[in-house]
Amino acid sequence: MILLRLFLVTITLGIASGCATTSTKVVEANPADPYETVNRKVFAFNTFVDTMFLRPIAKAYVAVTPSPVKKGVSNFFGNIGDATSLVNDALQGKPDKISGDLSRVFVNTFFGFGGLYDIGTDLGYEKGEEDYGQTLGHYGMRSGPYVVLPFFGPSSIRDTIGMAPNFALNPVSKLTSSVTAKNTLTALGIVDARAGLFPTEALLQSASLDKYTFLRSAYLQRRQSLVFDGRPPKED
Amino acid sequence: MKRMISGFVSTIAAAAVSVCVFGSDIAFAQSPPDALVKAVTMDVTAALKADPTIINSAGKLSNIIEGKLAPNFNFNRMAQVAMGRNWAKASPEQQTMIASEFKSLLVRTYSGALSNYRNNTVDFKPLRLQPTDTDALVRTVIQAGGSPVPIDYSMEKSGDTWKAYDITVAGVSLVTNYREEFNNIVRDQGVDGLIKQLQQKNKG
Repeated sequence: MILLRLFLVTITLGIASGCATTSTKVVEANPADPYETVNRKVFAFNTFVDTMFLRPIAKAYVAVTPSPVKKGVSNFFGNIGDATSLVNDALQGKPDKISGDLSRVFVNTFFGFGGLYDIGTDLGYEKGEEDYGQTLGHYGMRSGPYVVLPFFGPSSIRDTIGMAPNFALNPVSKLTSSVTAKNTLTALGIVDARAGLFPTEALLQSASLDKYTFLRSAYLQRRQSLVFDGRPPKED
Repeated sequence: MKRMISGFVSTIAAAAVSVCVFGSDIAFAQSPPDALVKAVTMDVTAALKADPTIINSAGKLSNIIEGKLAPNFNFNRMAQVAMGRNWAKASPEQQTMIASEFKSLLVRTYSGALSNYRNNTVDFKPLRLQPTDTDALVRTVIQAGGSPVPIDYSMEKSGDTWKAYDITVAGVSLVTNYREEFNNIVRDQGVDGLIKQLQQKNKG
């Protein structure tokens, strides 16, 4: 429920930010990022929240947790992600991906102790890596303006809409009826995701002259590539 | 969201891999582009496996990258493409400085990122090439867990030598990524401002 409320706030802010910035003049702004002024503020806010809370927690988690446990946690949430991917493989009608993700979810859930072990990878099944945002893209919806969501970070209008089914279905909530367990799992998922970002963070720090621009460009290129399964139409 | 994030992470992590995939000696220089990429990949993978301490030594990493990778890249062309229409605004001296600073930035970044690299295998996609072709896209795939990461090398032939002028990791072109940053800085601070920023970054 908290997540849902958070999501609504996010959306509202996103819309409000849209209204607020249309009159702001940015010289030669990137046409993909008409809300840059507000996006940069949200980016700064996210960086602040991360520095104060998420990053230290994730650091501590990495420091105190034995590697096999960390791996198990990542695999567990990866398995949930594969299930989401499977739904989207089906929505997009991609038989190869359906077969890969279905095999992964099946073996990892039933022979990998509920997803703690990633046997599917050892058996050579590839992740489909599909999500609802990509499904919308597959059916012709354009990415729309780039948005930086509070707490969630880089996104686009399309990908933000694509987050809705995830929140509505909330796979984690299907696993247990205990509220405490749900919240614990959700928190663990966030910490696991943040811990996984340390290599990216280091690279971004070292590679970029302006983190905001660098991340925006990487995000938009990456999403475009994912929608077209690695073969996006040529631009220029 | 986690999927998106992890996708992005593998993208970046693979950038590291791409470096060791792509190193070479002069001996390979006259091979066709796909053979060049493959030979170099084998070469560097072998070097990394022979000396596991390389990954944790910034100095050794840089040596490998400088010695094996750098000769196969056309940094001048990379800088030119990243600069776009601003390239013409730079004097020849400025162009040389930008290319050299850009090279340092890339080399420094990757030697850092490379430390995340562990034993991954690489698949090479077959390339169809006419003898007269001077431009080629060499496709490779890093087998990283359940999510293979595609890495494409944009190669250009000049004389007898093929050199890379862009790497696209999981759909993210490095040169394109820098184009916006460079463009913004030149717009706000001019060509000298860009050179200054690159120099500061490389010192920091």
